[in-house]
Amino acid sequence: MSSAAGWIDRRRLLGSAVLGAGAATSGALMMPGVLRAQGSAVKLGIVHPVSGALSYSGQQGRLGAVMAIDEINAAGGIKALNGAKIEAVLGDAQSTPEGGNAEVEKMNSAGVAAIVGGYGSSICLAASQTAARYDLPYVVDVGVVDAIVTRGLKNTFRFGPGFGVIAKTALDNLVTINDLAGKPAKTVMIVHEDSAFGSGLAKLLNDQLPGRGFQVLDTISHPTPTRDFNNVVLKIRAQAPDLVVPANYYNEYVLLARTMQQQRIRSKGIYSVLGGAASSYKFVKEFPEAAQYIMDCNHWFDPRSAKSAALRKKVEEKGEFYTYEVYMNYSCILLVADALERAASTDRAKLITALESSTFSGHVMPYGPTKFVNGQNQGAAPVNTQVLGNDIQVILPESFASAKPVFPMPRA
Amino acid sequence: MLSPGILVPAVLNGLLTGALYALVALGLTLIYGVLHIINFAHGALLTAAMFAAFFAHRLLGLDPYIAALILTPLFFVVGYGLQRCVIGPASHGEDRNYLLVTLGLAVVIENALLYAFRADTRTVTLDYAFDVIQLGPAFLAVPRVMAFAAVIVVAVALWLFMRLSDTGKAIRAVAREKLGAELVGIEVAHIYAVTFGLGTACLAIAACLLIPTYYVNPQAGNAFVLIAFTIVVLGGMGSVAGALIGGLLVGVVESLSGLYLGESLGQIGIFIVFILALLLRPTGLFGQPVL
Repeated sequence: MSSAAGWIDRRRLLGSAVLGAGAATSGALMMPGVLRAQGSAVKLGIVHPVSGALSYSGQQGRLGAVMAIDEINAAGGIKALNGAKIEAVLGDAQSTPEGGNAEVEKMNSAGVAAIVGGYGSSICLAASQTAARYDLPYVVDVGVVDAIVTRGLKNTFRFGPGFGVIAKTALDNLVTINDLAGKPAKTVMIVHEDSAFGSGLAKLLNDQLPGRGFQVLDTISHPTPTRDFNNVVLKIRAQAPDLVVPANYYNEYVLLARTMQQQRIRSKGIYSVLGGAASSYKFVKEFPEAAQYIMDCNHWFDPRSAKSAALRKKVEEKGEFYTYEVYMNYSCILLVADALERAASTDRAKLITALESSTFSGHVMPYGPTKFVNGQNQGAAPVNTQVLGNDIQVILPESFASAKPVFPMPRA
Repeated sequence: MLSPGILVPAVLNGLLTGALYALVALGLTLIYGVLHIINFAHGALLTAAMFAAFFAHRLLGLDPYIAALILTPLFFVVGYGLQRCVIGPASHGEDRNYLLVTLGLAVVIENALLYAFRADTRTVTLDYAFDVIQLGPAFLAVPRVMAFAAVIVVAVALWLFMRLSDTGKAIRAVAREKLGAELVGIEVAHIYAVTFGLGTACLAIAACLLIPTYYVNPQAGNAFVLIAFTIVVLGGMGSVAGALIGGLLVGVVESLSGLYLGESLGQIGIFIVFILALLLRPTGLFGQPVL
């Protein structure tokens, strides 16, 4: 078997060699771009896990980034650089940190001004660190682990919220929702995936939930991918928690929700924190029954923003779902473009300075003007959503909620 | 945690999951037993079959169980063609070439699927997907029970085919003694291709049984292949019965170790059983190539 496993590794190796060769070829094809007069194009590295376990999210992220670049170019490019167009240098992190590193190295050699993306926390951690060696500005699109911005890397900026803020918002809002309903929920089970994202979140929840009046009955971790959730659901059924809190990626979330429906689990609520699917139009459309009443604390666009509505329309016209990867990457590219305008240069140090002093507010997120402190955008926060009648409604914060929370779940 | 309310459903779930592992392993062990090569394109072909089952439902409205009747012969032809026209000629009879060619095929198939269908995860929604059969404390999903029954039928049919039909006997002859088989007039290249076709046809059935409860994306098949390799070695390389029993065993072990050690650590149970089997019975549970 060891030889078989060895061969699998070699197969991955071969896979990456083929992709690498492809990238090298495309790099060679891009050479004329470098030779053109200065100001003709600004290269931006766009790295996402477009193949491998996280590939759906990665492709959605790439979609958002590329749409933003197309819009900027169509509107006349970077004006401070004589209308220089943005040229996307696309990279595939292959859902692994090493894949992310390899892409950063290639992008650095290709002379990009900055890199946007990463998606997965472990990819963001590795890729931003590699970029730091070249003082290359790196804007994290999603990766939520707090270590991403607490390592003191000058080049790394995170536009979206991190765990700390997300977990605090999620807990505050959970307490609010539970209190509003007359405190029906007292016990909780956490189901999380076992990489940096899920484990980190589970630890935070385990530390904080007891202090807020909830008893954590059990914490179940599972790998990505997991083929079967029947055992997890059996444990849920045996312990009958009031609340189930899943923290995992899309495919596993779908399997878990379907299995829970199949096994007739009747908890009072499903409250996901960064659940891969509970705030996904795709999930709601494909599994309206399993999705009904699921609550989520997750990244969400500003529902009052006209720009967001226009973007959503464009994305849906392409036959794609308007997922958080799309609008977060879209916003990140706009953020970098704004920094390029103010820096009026593609110099990496100047661009980092411009990002540090950013007050950009032309994005589609409910964050207000951007303000980075040690690389973390201070206004970034998640919102609470709930699946109600085949649509996703914002239930908290009240300032832009479109519906009241329905909790506990009504019995059919 | 030891209450029968959990234990019984966990074992039953393990058996149901294990049956699907067994079917994937069956195709692999067949190809190994006759061609003596490990088919690295197995996972990619499973993914391709899952896409075929998905689109048969999405575009033609075919229920996956009906699609199986069409896809099984279709994938037999695909497998036959692949071995006859690509893998066989490109390998020049060298074992390590076989490995590299199937490996290359896997990369090509996976990336072609990724290119054609993107990484989007797709699922089939069927009316009966959420129906369950209650068996004591266990709720068993109807599609999984049907899959279990189908796997047993396929395994028995395959075993009978190997025992009773002329082609089956020819396959066994080639597996045992290639030169001797050639001397008595069996066309080895044809038998190789038939075997590869049978292995691929098993994947088509597995795909149609999986799709009602699982999802498909360009990596979906890989989740089943490492475990299928384990089952092939555990059951005895080239053994039909070994693949079936091995698959069921691995399913139950995975289920129970997942229950007691957690899903993350649970996979360890499979490999502990695997290592024990190799230590105590190096030829696998069903030692010699039975076919």
